[in-house]
Amino acid sequence: MPFDRMEGRGGPFGSTPPSVDDILKKAGKIFKGGALAVVSAAAIGGLFLFILFFSYYTVGPNEVGVVQRFGKYVGQSGPGPHFMWPIIEKVTRVKVDYVDKEEFGFRTVRPDVRTDYAPGEAFLDESLMLTGDLNCAVVPWVVQFRVSDPYQYLFAVHEPRATLRDLSEAIMRQVVGDRSVNEVINNREEIAGATKTILQEALDDAHTGIRIENVELKTTMPPRPVQPSWNEVNQAEQEKEQMIWKAREEYNKAIPAARGEAEKAISEAEGYALDRVNRAQGDVQRFLSLWEEYRNAEDVTRRRLYVETMQAVLPKIKKKFIVDQDQKALLPLLNLEPAKDTP
Amino acid sequence: MTRVVLIGLLVIVLFLGFTSVFTVDETEQVVITRLQKPVRKPITEPGINFKLPFVEKANYFPKYLMEWDGDPGELTTRDKTLIWVDTFARWRISDPLLYFKTVVNERGALSKLDDIVDSAVRNAITSHRLIESVRNANRSLDDRDSGMEEAISEWMPSTEIQFGREKITRMILDGARPKLAEFGIELVDVCIKRINYREEVQKAVFDRMIQERKQIAEKYRSEGRGESNKIVGQMEKELKRITSEAYRSAQEIKGKADAEAARLYAEAFSRDPEFYSFLNTLEGYRAAVDENTWLLLSTGSEFFRYFKDYAK
Repeated sequence: MPFDRMEGRGGPFGSTPPSVDDILKKAGKIFKGGALAVVSAAAIGGLFLFILFFSYYTVGPNEVGVVQRFGKYVGQSGPGPHFMWPIIEKVTRVKVDYVDKEEFGFRTVRPDVRTDYAPGEAFLDESLMLTGDLNCAVVPWVVQFRVSDPYQYLFAVHEPRATLRDLSEAIMRQVVGDRSVNEVINNREEIAGATKTILQEALDDAHTGIRIENVELKTTMPPRPVQPSWNEVNQAEQEKEQMIWKAREEYNKAIPAARGEAEKAISEAEGYALDRVNRAQGDVQRFLSLWEEYRNAEDVTRRRLYVETMQAVLPKIKKKFIVDQDQKALLPLLNLEPAKDTP
Repeated sequence: MTRVVLIGLLVIVLFLGFTSVFTVDETEQVVITRLQKPVRKPITEPGINFKLPFVEKANYFPKYLMEWDGDPGELTTRDKTLIWVDTFARWRISDPLLYFKTVVNERGALSKLDDIVDSAVRNAITSHRLIESVRNANRSLDDRDSGMEEAISEWMPSTEIQFGREKITRMILDGARPKLAEFGIELVDVCIKRINYREEVQKAVFDRMIQERKQIAEKYRSEGRGESNKIVGQMEKELKRITSEAYRSAQEIKGKADAEAARLYAEAFSRDPEFYSFLNTLEGYRAAVDENTWLLLSTGSEFFRYFKDYAK
């Protein structure tokens, strides 16, 4: 090769220190005799670099390179630097570990600590759907996925992502279509789980090479015009609770008080009982004591008691008439109605 | 001179080489035509292939699964509901030669799909009730607080289905598939993507939902009142029970005490009833007499026995 030949000749920096004349002479020689050689050397070197440049490629850490030779799939290359045959081989890089997502019914504008979402109801068409009881519900959701089979992902389906979107929409509606509006609004996780299973089956059937990592339902809602009435239901539920609590409060206020009242009444009765029995016992004791003595001297005691009583009673009486027991005509002596005159 | 000839030959060979070699990608299949006439079997295996230069031409067709987005538009279901349906289908070229002959290219294929699948969808949807296309299985719906008391729910439209979405899409597929096979197209599946009410129907549905919600709200309120009344009633009952039980116990206790007292008195006084009666009568005098009492006493009485005459 001309290049080698040129090297073999030693060039300007030979073993013997060359004079300026020598250099000029040699340079002239080279220029004259080897013009073609220099040009072809440059061309071949350029071609070499060119080939090197186009045969070298790197695969990123979360990618695989899918290699095709003459259009036919021949294999995959992992992360790192690689070489391939230029022109006849083609490498397509596919991100395999990267978890991507598709959003339905909303769009993230800028993810951040407080993520911005596209405003308004621009994507309502995607999320408005019929429920099994023929009502409407708004169901926004996210599908997270990654490429599990790069071969299928690249070659089996025209646009795997579009297929994923269409299938997601169809299957989410199928799942929601078998549930009542209540279930759609309250059982989000169950719906997400069912959707994930069916969607994965459909994607496998279609050979999309996509694996679903997660299906997540955002807040499911009734359509906007219906929302106030849903809130009313929530409110009514609260009212119901409130009414019950209030009644319970009243119950709790009244019943323990009544129990206390009852205990009080019983205690009072017990007090009365004690009082009654004690008094009776006292009375009885007194009577018996007196009777004991009375039995010793019946007549005297009897008289004494009688006289004592009379002594006590008679002074209280204002009008007393003592009549001879032989007096017969008593009435003329008495004005029996003086009460009217005296105040 | 020979050099020039050599270079000329080389160029010609290279040129012929380039025009007779072609590659087929993983996603492609090729039909070779010789002067517009298809020859040989279609090439479906990817890799390098050869053809006659100039006279033969490689016609590329996609091999992968393709999407078709349907537009059946507005439909009326068998139960006369105006709806709007969006479908999609997936298809592939199963017979490139037939495809090449009959529809030529993708645009032709898509228009065939439009004609055949859209009409199949229309037929299937319009000949069934709406619920059949919405629901998939007769899964029992949890309408726990749908607010419908038994008597009312009787005349609510039934959500039971005979076929379901899967069977209906099956019907669409079965209807369209043989027709498309004539064009070398394999219809892989048809899916109903979206079904929605037409705007005016939607408004009516929203109104119905609102009414239903209102009813549920009323139900809750009424339940609240009922529950509250129940508690108040229980409270009243409990109150009566407590007070009456207390009264009963109190009376029992008092009665027993009275009985005990009576027994004690009787036991004691029965020892000498005459003396008791005497004492009691004397007590009675003390109580019965006050200052307004007039007393007419005879000297014959016990107290004044000695008043007139001290003799015995």
